[in-house]
Amino acid sequence: MQFDQILQYVLSGLSTGAIYALIGIGFSIIYNATGIINFAQGEFVMLGGLLTLSCLELLKLPLWAAIPCAIAVSTVVGILFERLAIRPLKQPTPINLVIITIGGSILIRGLAMLVWGKDTHAIPPFSGDTPIAIGGATILPQHLWILAITLLIIVINKVYFYHTISGKAMRACSYNRRAAGLVGIDVRRMVLFSFIISSAMGAVAGIIVAPLTMTAYDVGVMLGLKGFCAAIIGGMSSGISTVIGGLILGVLESLGAGLISSGYKDAIAFIILLLILFIRPQGLFGKADSERV
Amino acid sequence: MKKDLLLFTVFSIFIMLAPQLFSGGYLMNVLVFVGINTMLAIALNLLLGYAGQISLGHAGFFGLGAYLSGILTTTYSLNPWIAMPAAAIAVGFLAGIIGFPILKLKGHYLAMATLGLGIIIFIVFNETIELTGGPSGLPGIPNLELAGIIFDSDVKNYYLIWGFTLAVMLFSLNLSNSRIGRSLRAIHDSEVAAQVLGVNARLLKVQIFALSAVISSLAGSLYAHTMTFVSPASFGFNFSIELLTMVVIGGLGSIYGSFLGATLLTLLPEFLRAAHDYDIIIYGGLLMLMVMYMPGGLVRGIPVLFRKIVKKKGES
Repeated sequence: MQFDQILQYVLSGLSTGAIYALIGIGFSIIYNATGIINFAQGEFVMLGGLLTLSCLELLKLPLWAAIPCAIAVSTVVGILFERLAIRPLKQPTPINLVIITIGGSILIRGLAMLVWGKDTHAIPPFSGDTPIAIGGATILPQHLWILAITLLIIVINKVYFYHTISGKAMRACSYNRRAAGLVGIDVRRMVLFSFIISSAMGAVAGIIVAPLTMTAYDVGVMLGLKGFCAAIIGGMSSGISTVIGGLILGVLESLGAGLISSGYKDAIAFIILLLILFIRPQGLFGKADSERV
Repeated sequence: MKKDLLLFTVFSIFIMLAPQLFSGGYLMNVLVFVGINTMLAIALNLLLGYAGQISLGHAGFFGLGAYLSGILTTTYSLNPWIAMPAAAIAVGFLAGIIGFPILKLKGHYLAMATLGLGIIIFIVFNETIELTGGPSGLPGIPNLELAGIIFDSDVKNYYLIWGFTLAVMLFSLNLSNSRIGRSLRAIHDSEVAAQVLGVNARLLKVQIFALSAVISSLAGSLYAHTMTFVSPASFGFNFSIELLTMVVIGGLGSIYGSFLGATLLTLLPEFLRAAHDYDIIIYGGLLMLMVMYMPGGLVRGIPVLFRKIVKKKGES
C-alpha cells in the first residue's frame, strides 16, 4: 500500500469528517439546551443543499446570494418544527420526543420528495474543479472550502457561546435548565435559539458538501446519523471534541472504504457508534458522569 | 380475566371467519400481511409499550429470521419446520448477547444504538452476496407443508399466518397479566423503583428484548416461506419506522392496539395506490399527530373521542 494512496484517503476523509462534525455540533447544541436528540437534524442538511439548488436554478440567484437564502429558509423550517411539533407536546417523555422528531424527519423528507422529486441533483462547486496536488495526492478546491467554512463556523460558535450574553445563557441551560430559569433566563427562548442555530448549521453542512457528493431528498438520513455518531464520539459537546469525533469518523470511514471494502463503508460508522455507546457512553474524551434518579 | 378470554375468543372467531366474508383473492393476500405485521407490532409493543424500551432496529430481527429460514431451506435444503425454530433460537441468542450492553442505554441513546444495529444488519444482507444473494434477493424458498397440505395459496397462508398470530396474541395477553408483565410495567414507570422492589430489571429487559426478537424472527420465517422470496429492501430502516408507527398509532402497551395499528398501516397503502410514493408523508404526519393529540393511541383515543362527542350532543 503506497503512502500517496493513504494520504489521499486521509485528505478526503478529513473533509467528509468536517461535514460530520458540523452536523454533530448541531445535534449537541439542541441536546445540551433541551435534552432532545433531534432525529430530524439530517433533514436540514438535505434542505440546505436542495434549497441552494432551487435558488440557483429557479430564482436565478448568484451563488453568493443563493447560499444565505437557503440557510434562511432552512432556519425557518427549524423554527416551525420547534414551534409546531416540539413545544406543543404535552407529554415530553424521551420516547415521545424520539417518535415526534422521527415523524418530523419523515414528513420533511416526504415534502422534499414532493418538491424536488426523487432525482439526484448537482450543485456547481464554489470555485471551479481544478484539482490541487498535495504531496502525492490531489484534492479539489471544494475540499478546501469545506475545511475553511467548518473552521470559520467553529470559531463563530466559540465566540457566541463564550462571549455573548445569549450564548452564555444557552450554556447555563445546558448545565441546569431549572437553575437557568431561576436566574431569569428564558429557557423556552433558548430552546428555540438552539433549533435556529442547529438548523442553520445543518443547512451550511448540506450546502458545502453538495458540490462534492450530489444531493437528493433522502441524503439527510445517513448524513444525520453519521453526524450523531461524531457527536457521540465527542461526548455530545458542542465544541472541539465533536469536531475531532467527526474527523476521526471521516478518516476511518475513508480508509475503511479504500482499504477494506467500499460496501461496508456505512457499517463502519455504526460499528464505531455501538462500540462507543457500549464502552464509553460519555464520549472518547469525557469523564464518566454519575446519574441522579 | 374472564372478560379478556371472552374478548379473545370473539376476536379469534372473527379472524377465522373473515375469509368467508372477504372472498376476494387480492384482499386475502393483504390480510396475510396484516397477520405478519400484527405479529411484528406485538413483538415491538412488548418491548416498547410494556417495558418502555425503544427499538428502531426490529426490521433487522425480522430480516434475520427471514434470511436464516431462507438460507437454511435453500442452500442447506433443511425442512422449513426445523429451519424456523433454528432461526428463532439463533436470533434470540444474538439478541440476548447484544441485549446486555445495548439495554444499559436509555431513551435517545437506546434509540440510536438499536437503529445502528438495524442498519448494520441491513448492510450485511446487502453485502454477503454468496450467502444472501445481495440486493437482488434470495429466490426459491419452499412453502411450509403440514400433513400433506402445502401452504401455497393466499387462503391457506391466511390460516397458517393467523394461527401463529393468534397464538402470539394469546401468549402476549397472558404475559401482560402475569408477574412478568407487572414487573415490566414497573420498569416502564421507574427502573430504579422496580429494582428496589426486587425486580431484576437488567435481566428482565434483556429477556423481553430477546423474546421480542424471537417473535420477530418467527414472523420473518413465516414471511419467507409464504413469499418464497426475500430481498434486503423489505428489512431496511424504513420498515423499522413503519413498525414503530403501527405500535404508536394502535396504542402503546395494548395488544389489540397493535392489531389495529398493523391493520391500518397495511391497508392504508392499498387504498392510497395513487399516492403510492407519498405514503411516507402520511406516516410522518400520522406519527406526529398521534404523539401530540392521542398519545394513548387509537385503542384509548377513540373511546375518549366518542365520549366527548356524546357529551357535546347531550349539552346542545
